[in-house]
Amino acid sequence: MPFQFDLNTIWFLLIGVLFTGYAILDGFDLGVGALHLFSKGDTDRRILINSIGPVWDGNEVWLVTGGGALFAAFPNVYASAFSGFYSAFMLLLAVLIFRAVAIEFRSKHPSAIWRRNWDIAFSIASIVIALLMGVSLGNLINGVPLETDGDIYMSLLDMLNPYALLAGVTTLSLFIMHGSIYLVMKTEGALQEQVRGWVNNSIIFFVVCYASITMATLVYFPSMAEPFKQHPWLFSLALLNMLSVANIPRMIHLKKEFFAFLSSCSSIAALLALFAIGMYPNMIISTINTLNNITVYNGSSSQQTLKTMLIIACIGVPFVLTYTIVIYRIFRGKVKIDKMSY
Amino acid sequence: MDTELLARVQFAFTIAFHYIYPPLSIGLGVLLVIMEGLYLKTKNKLYEEMTRFWIKVFALTFALGVATGIVMEFEFGTNWATYSRFVGDVFGSALAAEGIFAFFLESGFLAILVFGWHRVSPKMHFFSTCMVSLGSMLSAVWIVVANSWQQTPAGYHIVGEGIKARAEIIDFWAMVFNPSSVDRLSHTLSGAWLAGAFLVLSVNAYYLLKGKHIEFAKAGMKIALFFALFASLFQLFTGHRSADGISKNQPAKLAAMEAHFDSSAAADLYLFGVPDVDTKKVKFGIGIPGGLSFMLYQNFSTPVKGLDAFPKNELPPVNFVFQTYHAMVALGMAMIGIAVLGVFLLLRKRLFEQIWFLRLLVVTVLFPQAANQLGWFTAEVGRQPWIVYGLLKTSDGLSKTVQANQILFSLIMFTAIYALLFVLFLFLLDQKIKHGPDTHEDEVAEYHTQISIIDDLKEGK
Repeated sequence: MPFQFDLNTIWFLLIGVLFTGYAILDGFDLGVGALHLFSKGDTDRRILINSIGPVWDGNEVWLVTGGGALFAAFPNVYASAFSGFYSAFMLLLAVLIFRAVAIEFRSKHPSAIWRRNWDIAFSIASIVIALLMGVSLGNLINGVPLETDGDIYMSLLDMLNPYALLAGVTTLSLFIMHGSIYLVMKTEGALQEQVRGWVNNSIIFFVVCYASITMATLVYFPSMAEPFKQHPWLFSLALLNMLSVANIPRMIHLKKEFFAFLSSCSSIAALLALFAIGMYPNMIISTINTLNNITVYNGSSSQQTLKTMLIIACIGVPFVLTYTIVIYRIFRGKVKIDKMSY
Repeated sequence: MDTELLARVQFAFTIAFHYIYPPLSIGLGVLLVIMEGLYLKTKNKLYEEMTRFWIKVFALTFALGVATGIVMEFEFGTNWATYSRFVGDVFGSALAAEGIFAFFLESGFLAILVFGWHRVSPKMHFFSTCMVSLGSMLSAVWIVVANSWQQTPAGYHIVGEGIKARAEIIDFWAMVFNPSSVDRLSHTLSGAWLAGAFLVLSVNAYYLLKGKHIEFAKAGMKIALFFALFASLFQLFTGHRSADGISKNQPAKLAAMEAHFDSSAAADLYLFGVPDVDTKKVKFGIGIPGGLSFMLYQNFSTPVKGLDAFPKNELPPVNFVFQTYHAMVALGMAMIGIAVLGVFLLLRKRLFEQIWFLRLLVVTVLFPQAANQLGWFTAEVGRQPWIVYGLLKTSDGLSKTVQANQILFSLIMFTAIYALLFVLFLFLLDQKIKHGPDTHEDEVAEYHTQISIIDDLKEGK
């Protein structure tokens, strides 16, 4: 299907931007959570939690808004995917809440056992969230048993196929890499030295996963590569992704942590862009009959609603970006534990 | 059990639990603006302590609101897929506006409120407080607009047939200003203000009874009392407007609310009673004969459309709606009485010595919470059997792919998690209340521990 720059495509892009924003922002929160148990001692662990303290709640709002925008722009996609992935999404909700509880509860009581158990809960919840999100993306690439009226009959076990699990682990490795770089920015002293070691290991972990999933995708889902054959300039995105990843150890070595973090952000954005390009114009692919596919056209709201929402977005998004950047600037620098801390 | 019942129970349970928190955020948000505004104006440290203390409580209610709010957004799609397809075009733009205008505003600036005291100027901090309060109220705007559209659809047309039918917007502003949105929004907001005001009253009354933080408690109580008086009177006004609107737009709901059976007769206004659908009478009823007719038409004998005007399968459960509605009204009236009495005692300079009244204030924190829940039950159950009034039945809005046992499992899961969450909320709230406001001495002590932690870090400990 040829690329058409119409309202449907614009909204496909905008929702992509929202979920990319979520992956970049909550990605490091989840990565920090996944790494949490590698740090030792209460002070170090508190610094880790407080590195995301002022922002994790706000970062989850990107998920809420992304979900809202999906509901608004592509109600058929939202309805089919959310009801079809019922059990997985209920599990996701459970761990999202449980993780928030763990962050709030952990430092409220001085007992060591209390804190250790909440540390474990926080870390496992973060890992499960990253895995579930990756598994959901994997199933979208994989295709699902989508029937003519938009219904998907699929159990949680059906979702845990090998390719989707690989996508889950890749997502986890990406967030761990991203989170470890964020931590280098936010820590100092001995802890920072320790975190630098995590960065190198997590890059290796990610590159291994990335190579595996790229191969698996090319072998099992060659249609994902079709747009790249037709438009070779799209390979620049894959190149951008690799250069971004390669740039990270260099910047860490040069002690330019912020630039390492930006590289990590751009690699997340490039990866999601590759996914989106491979899918377009489909949003949910049917394994039963390709005629059942939900695309940006048959899954969308009316043209008028898409237009109204675009006006809303054009008014709102500049504000959101401005104050998000301002707020991150206000909280830049190293973590200090004080009485408002977790 | 059948999927419809389970899906409805799950939605009712998760939304009712969610709705404990947003009203507190909205109400406290306005009070924070007043408190911090007074601090900037008077430079009185008492108001600063007050602002700091209530920001901590606000952050707690906000965090729980977000955690339980994500569930709501997912549930439309997971449990009500057919409904989501039907309303997506209409409901979606309101939800997107809520995300872009309200959620980001609230959550972004909240970080400055909680963690930014030493990082921004007092004016910037106050500005952040205003933005957080604005954000919390804007989120109410969009979600109530969407819900009001379900009650009184406007500005749309239906495209497609059967399972593929859906409502599409043809006039955005007619959708936003549908016949019930302004009344219902103002009624919802004033209910939320009451939730905030009565929480502040309750905590401060507790401090006065315990003889702790006396000056702090007295100053806070004054602010909250005047706010409660304003909100409770405004609540009465908006409640009347809402009832008026329902008589025009959803007569079946109004007939159920007042258990009015006979269309040819004048309608009574009950204080309480037990409607009996079989005999079409209200048992043990005490009320004003023709009162509802008078309220709506300023005439005690004007007939009002009754339950007999509707097919049996298009009626909401009468007794349930009657009871929730009357309990809400009774609580609303009680809150007006308490606020008026409180202000009277305050002006006579006798408020802080009335032990019985302070004790009453400690427990009345539950009144607005209960009234808010009962009001929503009236609104939502009163709309049954419709999920979108007159257009889509609740039983037709379900997800076809989701099985009863899946919902049963998730319902049990949510019950367990929310029980944990509620214990957490009460534990943290109790801890914050017991800890009380931080005084200036605490600040200095805290500063020194910070310095020592930083020193520890520098030495690599």
